[in-house]
Amino acid sequence: MKKIEAIIRPHLLDAVKNALQEVGVAGLTVTEVRGFGRQKGHTETYRGSEYKIDFLPKVKIEVALPLEMVDQAIDAIMKTAKTGKFGDGKIFVLPLEEVIRIRTGERGESAL
Amino acid sequence: MNTRRILRILIGAGGGAVLLSLALPVYAQEAAAPPGISGGDTAWMLTSAALVMMMTVPGLALFYGGLVSHRNALSTLMHSFFLLCLISIQWVLFGYTLSFGADHSSLFGGLDYLGFQGVGQEPSGTATIPHLVFAMYQGMFAIITVALITGAFAERIKFSAFVLFSLLWATLVYDPLAHWVWGGGWLMKLGALDFAGGTVVHISSGVSALVAAIVIGKRRCYPDKALPPHNISYTVIGAGLLWFGWFGFNAGSALGASGLAALAFATTHTAAATAGLAWPLIEWMHHGKPTVLGAATGAVAGLVAITPAAGYVTVPAAMAIGVGVCFVCYFGLNVLKPRFGYDDTLDVFGVHGLGGTWGAIATGIFATKSVNPAGADGLLYGNASQLVTQLIGVAASWALAAAGTLVILKLVNLVVPLRVTAEEEITGLDLTLHGEMAYNFLEPGMSGISSPTLRESSYTPISATGDAASGD
Repeated sequence: MKKIEAIIRPHLLDAVKNALQEVGVAGLTVTEVRGFGRQKGHTETYRGSEYKIDFLPKVKIEVALPLEMVDQAIDAIMKTAKTGKFGDGKIFVLPLEEVIRIRTGERGESAL
Repeated sequence: MNTRRILRILIGAGGGAVLLSLALPVYAQEAAAPPGISGGDTAWMLTSAALVMMMTVPGLALFYGGLVSHRNALSTLMHSFFLLCLISIQWVLFGYTLSFGADHSSLFGGLDYLGFQGVGQEPSGTATIPHLVFAMYQGMFAIITVALITGAFAERIKFSAFVLFSLLWATLVYDPLAHWVWGGGWLMKLGALDFAGGTVVHISSGVSALVAAIVIGKRRCYPDKALPPHNISYTVIGAGLLWFGWFGFNAGSALGASGLAALAFATTHTAAATAGLAWPLIEWMHHGKPTVLGAATGAVAGLVAITPAAGYVTVPAAMAIGVGVCFVCYFGLNVLKPRFGYDDTLDVFGVHGLGGTWGAIATGIFATKSVNPAGADGLLYGNASQLVTQLIGVAASWALAAAGTLVILKLVNLVVPLRVTAEEEITGLDLTLHGEMAYNFLEPGMSGISSPTLRESSYTPISATGDAASGD
């Protein structure tokens, strides 16, 4: 089992979610985060003072997947989250040791 | 016992003695309204007094509150709200009499009206409104003047220090200055023109703010880690309320529902509108983008500048005053402040101190007896001496405000520290000084009231399924 963490532009969340559902992803978790990479921050001006804000709002999607679905999920994210400009984000793939469904107590792939 | 504790006990005893003085005998009021009273004047002046009160709360409260970090929002609102109450009481007890009591050596008023004795429903002298109305109207000015200063030390002042400072400042700076300019003191005798408080309110609060900002010191986050305003929407709402209330502040200073009030209304509005345009235009040229904070700031600066001039200049002159103040204050904020590095957090000196100074000087330039025979002619009408008189008034206000504030801050510091601790400053004053938070976005389960009394009563808690739990 694997866990995918994807940092994406907030306004593309809906498109990414729909694409993931189309490849069979049943559920996901979303967090609002701030971050930066090669995309520069922005400057706000108040009464002549410039405030440099480096941390940009992004959205982090977390999905737990069986091994055989990982490539399709990555494709889905790549197709919908990419704009070609700095700030598109990153996808991280992590090994997942155990999954438990709280309602029933199921473990492993049947809990995904 | 150490010095601080002794001084605290003395202040507590002094405060108690003042409150006990409320047991003074109450004088019987006159029965019917004497013939001197004008219904129209009185109605307008009561309204004006209420308008000026609104300028402090919620006007100034929101104007300032929106500019600070979210974790200091309540403490900033508290400054204005608390002062509305505190200075109201100080005014009744002794503020009014020190300002407008019988003149003593042209420097301060006597104790004739201590505790509002002798301030009744009949007019004072040749006035056309009840004495009470005049006294209440003036009281609202005292309140907002002290409240304006709070912008200088927002986000770091200790609450007890703020209370002590405010009480002393109102009594030792505002009351004498109001007496000098309006209460029959030496500046009034000299012929200095200040229609609604360019010197008494704006220069005094602005210069005091500068001194306070320097003495108390910068915020720890300033300038490298300063946070932008947390809610400019509040600030814009506050600016609108200030503009609306300013009609009471300026047009009400005609002390009647008259042609002069109409002039002051028109000059006030025109100056605000001109400045509200000019500031964003300057920003547009200087930074490439006009801002709504700039529009709000400009409008307020225009209102500040027209304050001393409102009943003495023509409406077109008000436009010139509005444009002029934008250049003066924009320079103050964008050049002087970063150059000298003082943390006048909410730009009290930059807007009120400098704006009021420009306004007082502009009065000496643009004043004309053709709109108000009781005024004077200014430089533009062939009379340079009025400008000199105005400069004397400006200098006197600067001096009293600066010296008074410095002395008072040192005095207060003998009793309490002026600043909060580093940790309190970082956490935020709302939580550390007031135990409150302005914005609580909690979900059920994240908090609950801990009360032993509730637990011991017959209160039956609701369980997670929504049913009342069975008995204990």
